[in-house]
Formats: sequence, C-alpha cells, structure tokens
Amino acid sequence: MISFDYVVKDEAGIHARPASLLAKKAKSFKCTVTLSCNGWSCDARKLMMVMAMGVKKGDTITITVDGEEEEKVAVELKQFFEENL
Amino acid sequence: MVNAMKMIRGIAASGGIGKGVIKMFNRPGEFVFQEKSFDKEYEIKSFKKAQSLAVEELKSLYEKARKLVGEKDAQIFEAHSMMVESEDLSDMVMDMIEEGYTAPYAVQKAGEQLSDMFASMDDAYMRERASDIHDITARLVRILCFGSGNTGGEIESDTPCILAAEDLFPSDTMAMDMNKVLAFITKKGSRVSHLSILARTLGIPAVVGLNEQFDCIFPESEAIVDGDEGMVILMPDDSTVQVYKRKREEKLVKIKRLQGMKGKESITLDGTRIDICANISSLSDIPKVLENDADGIGLFRTEFLYMESSMLPSEEMQLEVYGKVLESMKNKRVIIRTFDIGADKSLPYLDLGKDENPAMGYRAIRVSIMEQDMMKTQIRALLRASVYGKLAIMFPMIATASELKKAKSIVQACKKELDDEGLPYSGNVEIGIMIEVPSAAIMSDELAKEVDFFSIGTNDLTQFTLAVDRMNPRLADIYDPSNPAVLRLMEMAAQNARKNGIFCGVCGESASDLQLLEKYLRMGITEISVAPSKILEIREFIRSIDLSR
Repeated sequence: MISFDYVVKDEAGIHARPASLLAKKAKSFKCTVTLSCNGWSCDARKLMMVMAMGVKKGDTITITVDGEEEEKVAVELKQFFEENL
Repeated sequence: MVNAMKMIRGIAASGGIGKGVIKMFNRPGEFVFQEKSFDKEYEIKSFKKAQSLAVEELKSLYEKARKLVGEKDAQIFEAHSMMVESEDLSDMVMDMIEEGYTAPYAVQKAGEQLSDMFASMDDAYMRERASDIHDITARLVRILCFGSGNTGGEIESDTPCILAAEDLFPSDTMAMDMNKVLAFITKKGSRVSHLSILARTLGIPAVVGLNEQFDCIFPESEAIVDGDEGMVILMPDDSTVQVYKRKREEKLVKIKRLQGMKGKESITLDGTRIDICANISSLSDIPKVLENDADGIGLFRTEFLYMESSMLPSEEMQLEVYGKVLESMKNKRVIIRTFDIGADKSLPYLDLGKDENPAMGYRAIRVSIMEQDMMKTQIRALLRASVYGKLAIMFPMIATASELKKAKSIVQACKKELDDEGLPYSGNVEIGIMIEVPSAAIMSDELAKEVDFFSIGTNDLTQFTLAVDRMNPRLADIYDPSNPAVLRLMEMAAQNARKNGIFCGVCGESASDLQLLEKYLRMGITEISVAPSKILEIREFIRSIDLSR
C-alpha cells in the first residue's frame, strides 16, 4: 500500500472533466485507488462520489494505492494529478 | 421471459379480437413507464443497451460541439458520457432492478437521488452538477422509452401492434397511423370516452378502464385483446390462442353472413321503414359508411375539423369537406351537427375559458351563438354545400326555445347574405336539434313546431337526467341509458315529434344495443345513427322484428 498527498492547484477543484478522467484511469488499474480529503474517502473509480467530495483548489488530497503494480500506478497517478489538477 | 398467462379485465369499449405484441404509447415530451417489472434480465439488458446508445449519442454531440465551440466547451459531453457509464449510477440502477423495478424507473430514481445529493452541496459548481445528472437521466430514460434519436408520439413498430396507454386524447389519435394498431388498451377511460367512440367507428378492438390492472402489462409481450368481453389476456398459452382463433373464425363467418344484408331494405316485419344511418367524424370515414350500406349519415361530428386545425377553419375549407360528404352520399340524408366543443378541449384560436363543469358549461350552441362570426362561417359553408346533396343541419345542446330561435335567425341571416352575394343553396335544407338536455325533452311539444326533426343524444341525455358523469368509470353502474326516467323523456320527445309530423331519431351509443333499440322503435323512433360497423347487424335485427305484436 502506497500513499501520497497532493495539493489541488486547479481553479475549479476536482470538477467533472478531471474527475471523469481520473475515474477512467482508475478503472484501468488492477489495484484499488482511494481518494481521501477532509475526512471523506471514496473509491476513485466512482465518478459521482469523487465529484461529490467537492475537492476545491488548495485542498490537500491523499491518494492511496493498494495491490498489484502499486508502485507503477502511484507514479502514473502522481503524473496525472500534476498534469490535470 | 416470464411465462405466466394472466387475464385482466376492463371495460369492453370496442368489439373485436386482436392478437399481437403490446407497445406502450408515449406522448411526445412525456415519459411513461411501468414501475415494477417481471423480467429482471430484460431490464438489465435494456439498461446496458441504453447506456451504450447514450454514449453514442453523446459522442456525436461531442464531435459536433467541438467543431462549433471548440474542445474545451465540448468537454461537457465527454463528462456526460462518463457519468452515463459511471459505476455509481450503474450500481444504483442495478440494485433497483434487482428489487424488481423497471430500468426507466430505476434510472429516474437513481438520478433523482444523485442530483439531490449534488443540489444540496455548498459549492456552486457542485450544485451545477445536479443539472448534469438531470440531463443524463433524461437522456437514458428517453432512450429506454423511445429508442435513440426519437422524441415519441409515433408508434414504434413496423408491424401492427396492440397500443397500450394510460389514456389517449383526440390529439394523440389524430396523428396516428391506424393501420399500425391492432387494438387499444388503456388504464383510464369509459365506453363513451373519445377513444372508445373512435375505436368503434374504426372497428378496432379496445379495452379501457383497466385501472390498477394496467400495471400488469409488460411491454413487448404477446397479448390477446377481447374487445367483446372487455378482457386482455397477457402471455396467452397455446390453448387460449386456439380458443381465440376459433372465436375469430366465427366472427368472420358472421361478417360474411351480414354482407347479405347489403342492398336489403331496413324494414320491420310489419312494414315500418327505419333509417339506419352512420356516425362519422371526418371525410375518411366515408368508405366505411358506403361499405356498410348505410341509409344515410345521422351524425357528422364537425368537431374534428376544428380540432385538427391550428386556426379557425375557413368557409372554403369547410365547404369542401361538407360538399364531398354530401356528394358521396348522393340522395341519402346527411345530418351535420354544428360546432360542439367545450372547455374540456382547448383550441389554440378560441378562448373557451375554464369551466368547473365543462359538460354543462360554455360549449356547443352556446359558443356558436356568442361567436357569431364563427357560426356564420360554418352555416354559410353548410348552406353552400347543400347543393351537392341532401343536407340537414343539427344544433347540439339546445336547452331553451330562445337558443333555438337565435340559431335559426343566424341561419336566416346567412341565407340572406348568400342571396345578396348570388351564391346558391338548396331550398330543402332541414333544420333539427339534438335532444340531449332534459329541458328540451320536456318542452319537445313546443320545440317540435320549430324544427324538421329531433335526434336524441342518449349519452348526454342519460348524463344530464341522472346527474352522472359519463366519463367517470366509478359511476358506470348509475350511468344507464335504459333507466326509466331517461326512457320516459325519450318517449315524450318521440311522441311530440310524431304529433307534429316530424321524425325523431337516436344518435347515441345505445342505439346499437339491440334490446334498447327495440324499445326505441316501439316508442316511434324511426331513425338511428350508429358506428358504420354495426349497421348490417342492426338491419338483420330490424328485419326480424314485428312492431305490431
């Protein structure tokens, strides 16, 4: 299990577009990806739940990856967040 | 597919038997679907299919938008596409399907839950997402109800089918291709509601007023509609199918026998001549009238001319229709009833206001007298058309002598106008009234002196005499045209007609009830007007009775 934090830079927070891209990506992995923020957690594959977390600019999210190829996935996700959020 | 045969009962609204596949009717803009389902697999399949169709629709929308407004703003469609496929939504929908709900119902409810969740969030952006959810929910439900790319209103079938609807209004049936309909089944409705009357005129079986039993209906399933008994058999088994096959054959034999009545005189054993006429709503009913060898047209309901049009039908347009009808009937009498619409229908070009009791409200002759220009247009058209055949004009809902006087004076004024304009009309146009308001029956001795004929509207006469709403299926037991009070009023009108040398007819539904018909003939009724498909059967009956005994 690997965790890392990320501070959201995007003006709109985790809005529909990045949330849907994240969900798409998370679905392609064999391991589980969990998003936590301000006490809330959810499965990153669940688009609606991710959006419902209401993550805004400046919020710190914790991404937890657990399972097969978790190191590879963590790197990929880190890059994803840098590029999109 | 679930294989349990089930019989449900409603009101026998139009005779005949139809066997086929049930299709649900969806009014454009409205989504109609059952709440509970009997086939989870079907619902799951439908949902998955709808999801992929929605994704396709959104993909092409995305492409279009990209060209129009650029990548960034087109993104919303991609997001919608992801939402449609999101696990959250799918899970919720699948759970509900497992509980026994239909796909559209599940999608609707899941959508509501999700959008409520977003709508209550602090963040304005998040609240916006509630409308995204509405949007994709509506898209999915629409696809589940109508298929991709359709907005409803049409019959989704290449082959004729059984059309099921909560209710069908005149405007719904107007646009329909009746060749695609094997039978009608509705949740609401009564024997005298619009759909029932239309179905009988067209000879299409119909069972209405199914109420809660309507919810047992499963779209795309096989069924037999028995319009004679008021039964619908869902998923009929083989032996039932055989029974109905035989019934149908018997019917065909009967129809063949009745063909022998064509060309025969409508006369009783004791030599009393009766006119067995047809009810029509439009020019397109004429072939059936001629096919069934009617003795005339006893009621041409002109309402449809008004309802089909988005503006007031012009004199020329009406003249053409009336002229064609008169011409096709040659020297047989055609009774055309003037405008008979009230606040229960809405016309875009005429403000009929709102009525607490539309049946007794601002309608029919009352409107005509107030809207004199409209009435004059109709009367002028009728008079001008009278040169093509044997015309009789009938006023509906006459309740007082002064109304009749006013209406007649409008006819006189039109005649004068036409004289001044040099436009010809027949000198033999008969003027008559409907006896449907009890006061008219009671004063029929006075009214008979002022007209050339009466035609009793038993539907409304029964309604008004017994103070019973004929559209309310719960009151079906009270609504009884054979009630002695109703019969007495009819007798009064018939006697007074006879005393004054005018004829008295019946143009209500009850005239096709053979038992009642005999009573009517014994009262002195000499003309009846019924759905064209009943004419030959009635002729056979009349030729077998002896009124002198």
